[in-house]
Amino acid sequence: MSNSEKFLTMLSAILLFVAVVGFILFLATRFSGRRADRVVAWLFLAPTVVLLAIGLIYPGIKTIWQSFFNASGGSFIGVDNYKTIFTTSDQVTVLRNTLLWVLFTPFVATAVGLIYAILIDKARVEAFAKALIFLPMAISFVGASIIWKFVYAFRPDQGGVKQIGLVNQVLVWLGGSPQQWLVNSPWNTLFLIVVMIWIQAGFAMTVLSAAIKAIPEDIIEAARLDGVSPLGMFRFVTVPSIRPALIVVLTTIGIGTLKVFDVVRTMTGGQFDTSVVANEFYSQSFRANNQGLGAALAVLLFVLVTPIVAYNVKQLRASEAR
Amino acid sequence: MALRPTRPLHTVALAGALGLGLTLAACGGGSSSSGASGGAKTKDCSAYKAYGDLKGKKVDIYTGIVTPEDKPYQDSYKPFEDCTGAKINYQGDKAFETQVLVRAKAGNPPDIAIVPQPGLLQQLVATGRAKEAPPAVAANVDKFWGKDWKGYATVNGKFYGAPSGASVKSLVWYSPKQFKDKGYTVPTTLDELKALSDKIAAGGQKPWCAGIGSGEATGWPVTDWMEDMMLRLSGPEEYDKWVKHEIPFNSAEPTAALDLAGTYLKNPKYVNGGLGDVKSIATTTFQEGGLPILEGTCSLHRQASFYAANFPKGTKVAEDGDIFAFYLPGKDTTAKPTLGGGEFNLAFSDRPEVKAFQTYLSTDLWANNKVSVSPAGGWISANKGLDVTKLTNPIDKLAASILQDPKAVFRFDGSDQMPGAIGSNAFWKQSTSWITGQSTKATVDKIEAAWPK
Repeated sequence: MSNSEKFLTMLSAILLFVAVVGFILFLATRFSGRRADRVVAWLFLAPTVVLLAIGLIYPGIKTIWQSFFNASGGSFIGVDNYKTIFTTSDQVTVLRNTLLWVLFTPFVATAVGLIYAILIDKARVEAFAKALIFLPMAISFVGASIIWKFVYAFRPDQGGVKQIGLVNQVLVWLGGSPQQWLVNSPWNTLFLIVVMIWIQAGFAMTVLSAAIKAIPEDIIEAARLDGVSPLGMFRFVTVPSIRPALIVVLTTIGIGTLKVFDVVRTMTGGQFDTSVVANEFYSQSFRANNQGLGAALAVLLFVLVTPIVAYNVKQLRASEAR
Repeated sequence: MALRPTRPLHTVALAGALGLGLTLAACGGGSSSSGASGGAKTKDCSAYKAYGDLKGKKVDIYTGIVTPEDKPYQDSYKPFEDCTGAKINYQGDKAFETQVLVRAKAGNPPDIAIVPQPGLLQQLVATGRAKEAPPAVAANVDKFWGKDWKGYATVNGKFYGAPSGASVKSLVWYSPKQFKDKGYTVPTTLDELKALSDKIAAGGQKPWCAGIGSGEATGWPVTDWMEDMMLRLSGPEEYDKWVKHEIPFNSAEPTAALDLAGTYLKNPKYVNGGLGDVKSIATTTFQEGGLPILEGTCSLHRQASFYAANFPKGTKVAEDGDIFAFYLPGKDTTAKPTLGGGEFNLAFSDRPEVKAFQTYLSTDLWANNKVSVSPAGGWISANKGLDVTKLTNPIDKLAASILQDPKAVFRFDGSDQMPGAIGSNAFWKQSTSWITGQSTKATVDKIEAAWPK
């Protein structure tokens, strides 16, 4: 497609959008009377419902359907794909890694964010300190992964060979020998998790810092009058007051972690036993050409994410209701 | 929050785009769409008369070959365009291998695709969109290529497309200077290769260096090692049976082949010169794997002919230069098994102009045109009509002479012919685990278990 063709396509898409919205608005004006509100509401909902059905519900059902078929999608094999996920050693490693990710990332990232938020609260350089830890959030996952690939880079301990990785250079300065951080399982998964924590801690810090600032001053004052220690303040005042925000942060990072893909794909490509469900789903679907197993992994991911999403939405509503 | 299984797909697409975008930025864009440009104005059109007048007709060609290698391709189409009046629309895309399947399945295939693997060609034919090659192409292929090459583009007895470029993989890179200084000689049998490795190792230097890192494709250089050893140990017939899965992946011959590769790649006395221990092979990218030869910390590196491009500018790649390659020897000097790769032109349309262009691409005329517009070299074909004297680059000359050697027995890269679940997944992954410590037995067993039933 040449550039002019692209612009033409874009222009016609915009015109189509305007036409559809115009038509709906026009229809809406034609209704009046007692039941008009209902009809108008449905009219406005219609485009969203249609798009959701085409873009989300139909592919969703199709993916579930596909997960019961073999590699080429030709013959029905029941739950064999799911059996493969839970019985073959490679796939079990994938599940183990996903579990490691979900166990570590949300809690460590939230803890780091929370402690940081409390430490810098009302400090003189608060804005600067916040920007510092928030910066990684602005980098794409792929960009962050490439940065960390250099941090972990390995060069052998030989005369004339210089370390180019930060971690190994520090290790060499301290008298150690350079390590291959991304090769030895299961530690390599933990080194990948560090990258995600580095990105997400800023998000946790921002949200939690706002929540801390929203704690009513009189509660804090009352606690002070009761002679609470700083630790007691944290345990009995701060944390209970920001509990809804804490849960939202935990679950949001948790959902993002379950779907982690970019970090693994960029840093190890899923090699050295570091693959996770989302990465394996991609490899199976697009590289190994095993549509059935890929779909089953996607469904598994969906099943894992759904309860957290539901809980997240519930908590979000609860915190908004306050 | 209703159904969300499609959600990862978005992430995937985005991540893929981002990942590619980053790497592509350096390479000048993933997708370039332009007609052929440059090249000398063609004056003599007599050879193109048979294609007729194709004024105003367009042919779309879709490939994974991008900047800077795309330029000679476009230039080589120029005489055809000038003489017939047809316009060739060249589209290079780094995501070609997945995208071409998507396009074929969705009913929007290009007119011609340059397919780099027989396995992918079979998948594309299976979509039902590919067109059988016209008789003129088949006749040209019979005339200019060996029978084996025609076989790679034949599915269920029907022949689909002429081979395009070719590469030779059975090469070992070395430093002619170092060989001269230290009195090493180029080995002509596998035993001599082993003896040479021992000799270098005895001198206190690790003889071999290797790197198999290649993003999600990490591990593929090991598959080439194993294929080369399989060809040498068991011969081409057993090799074909292994590739077609007529013998199990974990039977005796393949196991022995991987073990033989292991006597080099997993021997701490032999590897990894200038790069670390055995495990460092897994984290070194394949591009960097042979560079220590220039530093003198490594002497031998097994890699395909394209590796010439990886040496820094100013490196003299020649028999009397800084770096050159020798043929990875066979068991003895009587047979010369050669592992290689290549591309095929697969058509999805039978419009007359597409057929005409497809025919042009299968001629010796095109192969020679292609060579003459690639002054820096880096491209050869197994087309017997190719004039070897036209090649300027010593490594191209070496590769072409290996391909045209009457003793040579050519075999296509095996992993490229195996089903995707093996050739572009399990084989790579298990080879990587093999380097980082997994036993040969466990490796071949796991690959066998992953073979689609």
